[in-house]
Amino acid sequence: MKQSFDDISAQLRARHRKSARLKWASMGALGLAALFLVLFFADMLIKGTPAFQQAQIEVEVSYTEQASQLPLAAVNEDVRQLVSRGYLRLIPGRMRDNPDLLGATSMEWVLADGQVDQYLKGHHSKLNDRQKAVVDRLEQEGRAELRFNTRFFTSGDSKMPELAGIASAAMGTVLTLMVTLAVAFPIGVMTAVYLEEFAPDNRFTQLIEININNLAAIPSILFGLLGLAIFINFFGVPRSTPIVGGLTLALMTLPVIIISTRTALRSVPDSIRHAAFGVGCSRWQMVRDHVLPIAMPGIMTGSIIGLAQAMGETAPLIIIGMVAFIPDVSTSISDAATVLPAQIFTWAGEPDRAFIEKTSGGILVLLAVLISLNASAVVLRKRFERRW
Amino acid sequence: MNIKVAQRGENVMKQDQPGQPVRRNDEANHELSIRVRDLDLWYGDFHALKSIDMDLYENNVTALIGPSGCGKSTFLRCLNRMNDLIPSVRLKGLVEMDGRDVNEAKMDEVALRRRVGMVFQKPNPFPKSIYDNIVYAPRMHDLVSRKADQDELVERALRDAGLWEEVKDKLHQPGTSLSGGQQQRLCIARAIAIQPDVILMDEPTSALDPISTATIEDLMDKLKQQFTIITVTHNMQQAARVADYTAFFHLGEVIEYNDTKTMFSNPHTKKAEDYITGRYG
Repeated sequence: MKQSFDDISAQLRARHRKSARLKWASMGALGLAALFLVLFFADMLIKGTPAFQQAQIEVEVSYTEQASQLPLAAVNEDVRQLVSRGYLRLIPGRMRDNPDLLGATSMEWVLADGQVDQYLKGHHSKLNDRQKAVVDRLEQEGRAELRFNTRFFTSGDSKMPELAGIASAAMGTVLTLMVTLAVAFPIGVMTAVYLEEFAPDNRFTQLIEININNLAAIPSILFGLLGLAIFINFFGVPRSTPIVGGLTLALMTLPVIIISTRTALRSVPDSIRHAAFGVGCSRWQMVRDHVLPIAMPGIMTGSIIGLAQAMGETAPLIIIGMVAFIPDVSTSISDAATVLPAQIFTWAGEPDRAFIEKTSGGILVLLAVLISLNASAVVLRKRFERRW
Repeated sequence: MNIKVAQRGENVMKQDQPGQPVRRNDEANHELSIRVRDLDLWYGDFHALKSIDMDLYENNVTALIGPSGCGKSTFLRCLNRMNDLIPSVRLKGLVEMDGRDVNEAKMDEVALRRRVGMVFQKPNPFPKSIYDNIVYAPRMHDLVSRKADQDELVERALRDAGLWEEVKDKLHQPGTSLSGGQQQRLCIARAIAIQPDVILMDEPTSALDPISTATIEDLMDKLKQQFTIITVTHNMQQAARVADYTAFFHLGEVIEYNDTKTMFSNPHTKKAEDYITGRYG
């Protein structure tokens, strides 16, 4: 019996309603995920941006003979507790380097103590009422203000929150990632090339592929234990250094690079391989001259993403000891170092409340680096993607 | 081949030796290029080629025709050992070129492919510039080194492939920016650049429009003066137009192998006649 369009449309109404419900549900899920993201970023930004500002006060500094022995004497008694002890400790050294300072007196903007900073930012502080009155007076006179905190980006960790910075952690991250890349990239790419282009397709290679996929899913802390047992205990690599951190992260990143390289190699159409064989290429020439150049953007994208994952790993690096207190920025891969996530972890555990904003500030820096790494991976892929 | 056809009780003209087609009486070249004797091939358990005997002659165009799945492309790939790339393939029999068995352990398949080139069904230029497409293989085989020699080789290959006039001003554009017919001619130029002895063409025009097809058919006629061309084609009329010799395949066997005129005007076997007159396809 023939159905008219109206009959059919009437039957379809229920189906259309269901489709619309599914569509709204998936849009709702997307909205929820976006909401979580926005809340997270807002929270981090609110807590973290104060870390980029640090209080400074203008006080009179007298470079007396006494001050070169006892730096506390260089400033007035009423502001003595308000100036950062770290700043004061530098005075004898400055007087030695510059003998003309002896006998001079000047009004200088100096780094304030961490508690002054917390007070000026409106947080709870350990200042007593008298000290608070002094700070209020200074603020009114325009001699106390929050300035951009370059020290956050240029100095290493410190017990005094006003002096603490992420430079040592950032350098440690850079060195560790360099070691990771140098170890994991060549080994991973060459392994994938062998498995994809040269190895015969039998039970053994299938077993290898299953194992590599499983390795990519292993909890990262186990790689830390592996690194501890093999690199530190067996091979005697120095603890807490970028070498051992890089090697451990390389073990972790290897499966990711292998899998993404194999995917990139598989995306090269077979017609190219046949054409290369047709003109008399050997298998290695075919891979080197034709397959690898086409697959390289995909390989690099996968490696950058793997590296970005490695950058955020904390647990394995804690096990191998990279949570040390590192005040100096070192550029050698065999000196003890710490990495950004580990530094954040350490600051999060500090009792001084001033470190809360430092923790969030560190998270912002880490996020910025991660986002730019992933963005560069996307840009790379778009730029070098060849069209057939 | 003689005996097999006779056993089926079909009308066949006596031939001197297995594998030889009925010869033309004109001045066609009868120098032997490739000799195939008793070739069997299995894809796993599937018996794809059954006791093939064939003599392929130099400077001629030999067409392999037949319905889908009858083994023409498989046979073609045996001649330059491209079947080596398929793991489930098992081979038995002789494919001989220049007195050497091409499948023996001592034969380097790279050396074989240097002398037996291939053009594929779907044009597959390298994703490099037109210039690099042509010059890549000669450079790799150490045929040219100086820039002037390379330029000359590229021009000659493109001229012989009938593509020079159309691309001479854009040699550094990617090969994939050309039209389908031009890409196929680029692939032909790439194949002839290393001056092989034999060019295998696997349905070279099936993916192209009629005008490009006609251009490439003219090309085959011109190229046979320098090379031996063996082509698989689904298009009988194309075989009739370009080929000197035609072999009719059916279910893995060569049913008939004749010069083209005879094959299409007076086929000796019923199966060939049915196929050619279109009773099945």
